[in-house]
Amino acid sequence: MLRSVASQLTENEGAVQPQAFLEAYRWMLLARILEDKLASLYRGGKIHGGVYLGRGQEALSVSVGQSLRKGDFFAPLIRDQAGRLAFGEPLVDAVRTYLGSPVGPMRSRDGNVHRGRPKEGIWPMLSHLGATIAVVNGVLLARRLKGIRGSVGVASLGEGGTSTGAFHEALNQAAIEKLPLVLVIANNQYAYSTPCTRQYACANLVDRAIGYGVQGHRLDGTDLVECLRVVGGAIQRAREGHGPQLVIGELLRLCGHGEHDDAGYIESRLKQSPLGRDCLSLAKMTILERRWADHPQLETWRQAAFKQVENTIIKVQHEPPPDPYQEDWTVLASRHLTEMAHLERTSS
Amino acid sequence: MSITYLEAIREAQAKALAEDSRVFIYGQDVGAFGGAFKATKNLAQQFPGRVIDAPISEDAMVGLAIGAALEGLRPIVEIQFADFSTICFNQIVNQAATMYWRMQIPCPITIRLPCGGTSGSGPFHSQSMEALYAHYPGLVVMTPATVEDAFSMLLEAVAIDDPVIFCEHKFLYYHLKAESLPREALPTGKARIARAGRDMTIVTYSAMVHESLAVAEELAGEGTEIEVVDLRSIKPLDTDTVMASVARTGRLLCVGEAWPWGGVTAEVIARVASEGLNLLDAPPQRLNAKDTPVPYHPNLWAAHRPTAHSITIAARNLLRL
Repeated sequence: MLRSVASQLTENEGAVQPQAFLEAYRWMLLARILEDKLASLYRGGKIHGGVYLGRGQEALSVSVGQSLRKGDFFAPLIRDQAGRLAFGEPLVDAVRTYLGSPVGPMRSRDGNVHRGRPKEGIWPMLSHLGATIAVVNGVLLARRLKGIRGSVGVASLGEGGTSTGAFHEALNQAAIEKLPLVLVIANNQYAYSTPCTRQYACANLVDRAIGYGVQGHRLDGTDLVECLRVVGGAIQRAREGHGPQLVIGELLRLCGHGEHDDAGYIESRLKQSPLGRDCLSLAKMTILERRWADHPQLETWRQAAFKQVENTIIKVQHEPPPDPYQEDWTVLASRHLTEMAHLERTSS
Repeated sequence: MSITYLEAIREAQAKALAEDSRVFIYGQDVGAFGGAFKATKNLAQQFPGRVIDAPISEDAMVGLAIGAALEGLRPIVEIQFADFSTICFNQIVNQAATMYWRMQIPCPITIRLPCGGTSGSGPFHSQSMEALYAHYPGLVVMTPATVEDAFSMLLEAVAIDDPVIFCEHKFLYYHLKAESLPREALPTGKARIARAGRDMTIVTYSAMVHESLAVAEELAGEGTEIEVVDLRSIKPLDTDTVMASVARTGRLLCVGEAWPWGGVTAEVIARVASEGLNLLDAPPQRLNAKDTPVPYHPNLWAAHRPTAHSITIAARNLLRL
């Protein structure tokens, strides 16, 4: 089992309570069941565009959502269904955005994982990886300028995203300003089909922390106990003013890059290694071993989650699609500055 | 008392900082140093904590501005040279410009770009980038040509709830002067008739307005009256004023300092040709920089972009068509 090496937290910092663990487990379960359903809708041709799942990363993601407080800011990425739910994003938002409902938060203008509610602290991602981190920095700096204390901002990323210039610039910027930013990197070993050996040359990504002048933490991303402890601890550190925290969770992506991808390139040795363990099954085993809940209780929760997903999908499937003739094709808040008339004559 | 184009920009920022506590300035060397061109001279001292030095990270600078705008602030980002804005191009066009469209939340950021050529600046300190930003939906693009517009349009840029790309021209910084700052101005989206005429319309913007006015002066001596339209903002582009002018004169010459392919001059001609072809007595013409990077040596630079000399030739040719 991968121990949390190079973490600057003490052994007891952020010790996990059973209630928190069970709550996290339930969010992970809901995320998994939802995503299994989305995958099946995709295979049934019911979803336009891509489907991107967080299978295998739920423990790391949920720890973020659960450790943050209302009022904090979260820039999730592709595989953060569990974290989004724990942070308070309604399940129906995911379903509506995947099914393209105009009633969803992105009003059919963006889809799948590119969704959020910025006023409620969730920033909708764009696909240029690393670009959202500086936005979190901006929110945190603005709050500081306004005299608002005590917030934390988290940006999620995969190891592939750490290769971008945007990542570098934003982490450096956060470090210079000593912002309460926590970067949670899910090192799932593959960026699409690209293995780590083609993504970075340092021995461990957490080693970069010292280069940026920030605190680093490396943990077993498959272990919910560790995830809650280390992610929770890092968020607390940031909140207390220790500056940016770089958290690297080691795990394995248990699905394709998207559901269009069979991930045949993932090495079997990784799948069979401790890295390849399913965090949801592990969490369930932990619950049963420590007698925090029994089989019937777990089954009740599973059925409740299943029902919630089913009902939400049925509801959203009854919502009408967007009507291009009812759509307000206005791109500026300053309507009087929008060039509608001339451009319409030259386009369809 | 006279005030330069650069001083007008500084005065506008001082006024914005003084009157709106949401405003702050972020850029390289803008703090104690006062900015590479001194556009923020003394502002850090006058407004402590609100004129912040950034690392050399244009992408993160604009990203930070977007996050600050979400929190209700009104950041002004100074990019040291417009040419470097290709580094933050992604943040501008894909994150700032899509924010209102995707999230129904306005993004009131102002990006100041010192644009355009000065002698000896070379390929990476001379570019005119307005067309790139105008092409993407979701941005307002301003190209002030006068001291008065540099002042009032920057104030308006800060007040506008959308991302504004403020293309200030470096060549005009120190040598263009006005008597005083204006008390009123045309709203953004309205072009200005810089010189009324009858025989031809030159539609232009930024530093080329002054070259064009020089040409109009010269040809007036020969009995040709050229109308010069200063676009002021290229997005939104005041098509109505352009059309009305072409309706009066029947001849159109578009002049721009940027490269020829798909720039402002191409856009103006496309609109006039498609909506007012019958207003034209001659084919519409345009004059731009040569389709090469901006050269360093003054001899080459002088031949690279439109000047009063080359504009005069183009105008005379158009009169004969």
